[in-house]
Amino acid sequence: MDELYFFLEVLIGGLLSGTLYSLVALGFVLIYKASGIFNFAQGTMVLFAALTFVGVLELGAPALLAAVITLAVMVVLAFAVERFVFRHMVNQPQVILFMATIGLAYFLEGLGQTVWGTEVHVLDLGIPDRGLWLGPILVSQFDLVAAAVVALLVAGLGVFFRTTTMGRALRGVADDHQAALSIGIPLHHVWVAVWSVAGFVALVAGLVWGSKLGVQFSISLVALKAIPVMIIGGFTSIPGAIVGGLIVGASEKLAEVYLGPFVGGGLENWFPYMLAMVVLMVRPEGLFGEKIIERV
Amino acid sequence: MFYRETGQYKTTYAADRAIFPIRQDRIGIAILLVVAFVVIPLFANEYWLRSVLTPVLVFSLAAIGLNILTGYTGQLSLGTAAFMAVGAFAAYNLEVRVPEVPFLVSFVVAGLAAAGVGILFGLPSLRIKGFYLAVATLAAQFFIEWLFTHVAWFTNYSTSGVITAPPMTLLGYSFESAASRYLLTLCIVAGMAIMAKNMVRSELGRAWMAVRDMDVAAEAIGINLMATKLTAFAVSSFYCGVAGALWAYVYLGTVEPQAFDVLRSFEILFMVIIGGLGSILGSFLGAAFIVLLPIFIANASGLFGGAFSAETIAHLEFVIFGGLIILFLVVEPLGLARLWQIVKEKLRLWPFPY
Repeated sequence: MDELYFFLEVLIGGLLSGTLYSLVALGFVLIYKASGIFNFAQGTMVLFAALTFVGVLELGAPALLAAVITLAVMVVLAFAVERFVFRHMVNQPQVILFMATIGLAYFLEGLGQTVWGTEVHVLDLGIPDRGLWLGPILVSQFDLVAAAVVALLVAGLGVFFRTTTMGRALRGVADDHQAALSIGIPLHHVWVAVWSVAGFVALVAGLVWGSKLGVQFSISLVALKAIPVMIIGGFTSIPGAIVGGLIVGASEKLAEVYLGPFVGGGLENWFPYMLAMVVLMVRPEGLFGEKIIERV
Repeated sequence: MFYRETGQYKTTYAADRAIFPIRQDRIGIAILLVVAFVVIPLFANEYWLRSVLTPVLVFSLAAIGLNILTGYTGQLSLGTAAFMAVGAFAAYNLEVRVPEVPFLVSFVVAGLAAAGVGILFGLPSLRIKGFYLAVATLAAQFFIEWLFTHVAWFTNYSTSGVITAPPMTLLGYSFESAASRYLLTLCIVAGMAIMAKNMVRSELGRAWMAVRDMDVAAEAIGINLMATKLTAFAVSSFYCGVAGALWAYVYLGTVEPQAFDVLRSFEILFMVIIGGLGSILGSFLGAAFIVLLPIFIANASGLFGGAFSAETIAHLEFVIFGGLIILFLVVEPLGLARLWQIVKEKLRLWPFPY
């Protein structure tokens, strides 16, 4: 019986930490859906947002003001990215756009650390980080709060996409760029909006990640794991990002605990990528993605 | 005025298919080779030979490898450093376990081992493409780095987890001095660059480019997709493997698996983008640019009287790299090699505008 409880404990811990990956993957999916750009810089945006937030906080601003300022910075970033990078790259192949986002990732990483320094910043948002006994199973309270934040965010985005004008415009652009243009949806504004929303998601992710791990460089590497998450879930599906995150979180924890001792540990570093590769071999479009159709 | 092909007639098919059909190009390349093989070893100092020119050459080789895969065949790879690591560790393990093997043979084995691993991780490319494939190569990157860190057999049970390259001797001559190591690297790199140049001009290279431009269409005109993609992976990884072995043996001497991390892969990708996708010359230009830029930045910041700390400079490097990548992709997606080509076209007409 104890073994079962232990298994459940690992599983639940994994699922909950997986929601954090979902949070980053959500930002990827938003941008991919609206512009077909695979935004490699999403992980760095998480780091950048967290660094900015902590930096402003340490200058003595209250948390709410810091959040508003950071959000403003992310919106400015969205404008800059649209104006100086992607406006000039319309009609380029997707791989070229992808490489541009790698450049963007480097740029942001350097910029954030030049401005705010490299030391590890402690971020305390007052989320309790203690174990919580649910019957015989120990669950991290922090992870529960994080999962709740993710659920709230997804629900909020759902409402945003369904009811607001901008949300509808975003969905229109996602479906078909040219059709959206022809009925008068301003494509450039929509791109700025979607990058801003992704910036907001990055800020939330940065706050949650940052208060768990401390705000530091390694966040952007951990956030790379959002890539296998979206591969597994499918590039164009928000539920896919959530489910993918859960699968990755649970499977990597289970692999680490049950296989790790045999091979010397550290499986977490590569297991999600291998899993994604296997999924790709079987289902190239991911679990929830749109079927890829090729024409000559 | 000087760079003009008027009066140079091609009277044979061989002349028509030459690598350098224009006489001025042949003279230029001959001068370049004389400078590289004779003048530089005679006059360059130890620092330049050991810390600048040798790494430039090694990175050029890795960049050629990645260019074959990404620039010519269109298969994006983020795992270049992992294939370099396979080369370095394969050469090391062969030398340690069979000490009689001459080091040049172990370099070849390094390339072959990397090619094998490359084919393995290239298999997903048959079903997926673009940045989906990038994930498969990321898997290679993280898995191989982990493997060499956690399985002690690969480092010959060294307690520190690093490998130290055994001394290189050939026919009783020991490659110790900076100049001899530079020349050794130059010979290998130049030879493999010519091979690569000929490969991309041949049927194989044309098949690669057809796959890059549109793989469904390439298949429709009778190109075997599987064979073409997998040879691209094999050849590319072979080049990266040899580059990795050179990196370990000639440049560093002592290597840890972390020397081949994902940032190294990005660095090589940047060389290919800045140098020029789909250009052998571009691989050299890109490697030289990326190696020289940090040195230039460090010296330039010295002009400001050390106003910036070393840390700030390291971060500024990131900013400048990132900015340059975006700039190149926006302004000149084909990189430095394309700029060079434009200069040549202008030179042909000079002093007239057209």
